[in-house]
Amino acid sequence: MSRSDVLVDADWVQDHIDDPKVVIVEVDEDTSAYEKNHIRNAVRIDWQKDLQDPVRRDFVDQEGFEKLLSANGIANDHTVVLYGGNNNWFASYAYWYFKLYGHQDVRLLDGGRKKWELDARELVSEVPERPATEYKAQPQDASIRAFRDDVLEAIGTKNLVDVRSPDEFSGKLLAPAHLPQEQSQRPGHVPTARNIPWSKNANDDGTFKSDEELKALYEAEKVDLSKDTVAYCRIGERSALTWFVLHELLGVENVKNYDGSWTEYGSLVGVPIELGANS
Amino acid sequence: MCGAKAGGPDLAGIDTAKETIIQGSLTRDGEPVNGYVRLLDGTGEFTAEVPTSATGQFRFFAAPGTWTLRALVPGATVDRAVVAQQGSVAEVAIAV
Repeated sequence: MSRSDVLVDADWVQDHIDDPKVVIVEVDEDTSAYEKNHIRNAVRIDWQKDLQDPVRRDFVDQEGFEKLLSANGIANDHTVVLYGGNNNWFASYAYWYFKLYGHQDVRLLDGGRKKWELDARELVSEVPERPATEYKAQPQDASIRAFRDDVLEAIGTKNLVDVRSPDEFSGKLLAPAHLPQEQSQRPGHVPTARNIPWSKNANDDGTFKSDEELKALYEAEKVDLSKDTVAYCRIGERSALTWFVLHELLGVENVKNYDGSWTEYGSLVGVPIELGANS
Repeated sequence: MCGAKAGGPDLAGIDTAKETIIQGSLTRDGEPVNGYVRLLDGTGEFTAEVPTSATGQFRFFAAPGTWTLRALVPGATVDRAVVAQQGSVAEVAIAV
């Protein structure tokens, strides 16, 4: 797999904006950003309302995913290009989700909404109308999703990559700094996890660093990429970006995203927790 | 769009005694600018990023200490140092 199979730049999107086989999808942390404006012909997926089970803490099931994509006019043979704010956090999360349910051709817009805005490219408020499809999803691909027992088993044996900011890793903060800090779980990180903040994967403008820079980043942090890896953050969206970097850009096999992440792990009774900065 | 408002967003509903808040506004020639503000920790490491509101405002919930705010707008980047304390709101006006 090459970078261009999974990542496109703004010029590519501009060239394919009217291509009926390409569906541009905005997935934003701020789910109302789409209403203000968006890339022309882009549809919206709401990561909270559309991708989560409304009652239990879990994803929409296979059937729910099929309904969501069908209603948005996305067919199995469409090229899906995802983009969003906050350096593609939630777009990466949706990317991982599309892969979890077996969509073949899905890509990220490099730099996401931020770079598009900083480059002063066109944004519109018109919502496109796409004819509904009959989307067929695959059963969840268990090889890219980690659960809490996988994390406990990985302590001291596999790579654990904690992609939160250094202050969340050390236990000083419990959430990213644009969110209120009062939370129920204990602060800290999973023992033996390396702290490689997701932000180190990206440039200031939100684009991904080069493959060489990315490889050097993980090697410098003593992550042995020949071993299995579990990435986690607070709720699994920033670690989806790191999963994208390792699994899709660098082609590393056996990388799982732990979507339970710190909000689950930090609430478990009796599990080991470590405090303090990356050693 | 209304004009630039002095200071950060309204604090109604937020327990300011418990939180360590850094907030403010981003302006160009006195008018609010749409852009992004990044929060970097004491070592310059990225901690968070927000888009500014329609009135150019932003807010972070940080921890006590020294931070850097980095404003990104089309064609310009501006850094500002700020010291945050729990229970007192650090207001930062950034002109680009």
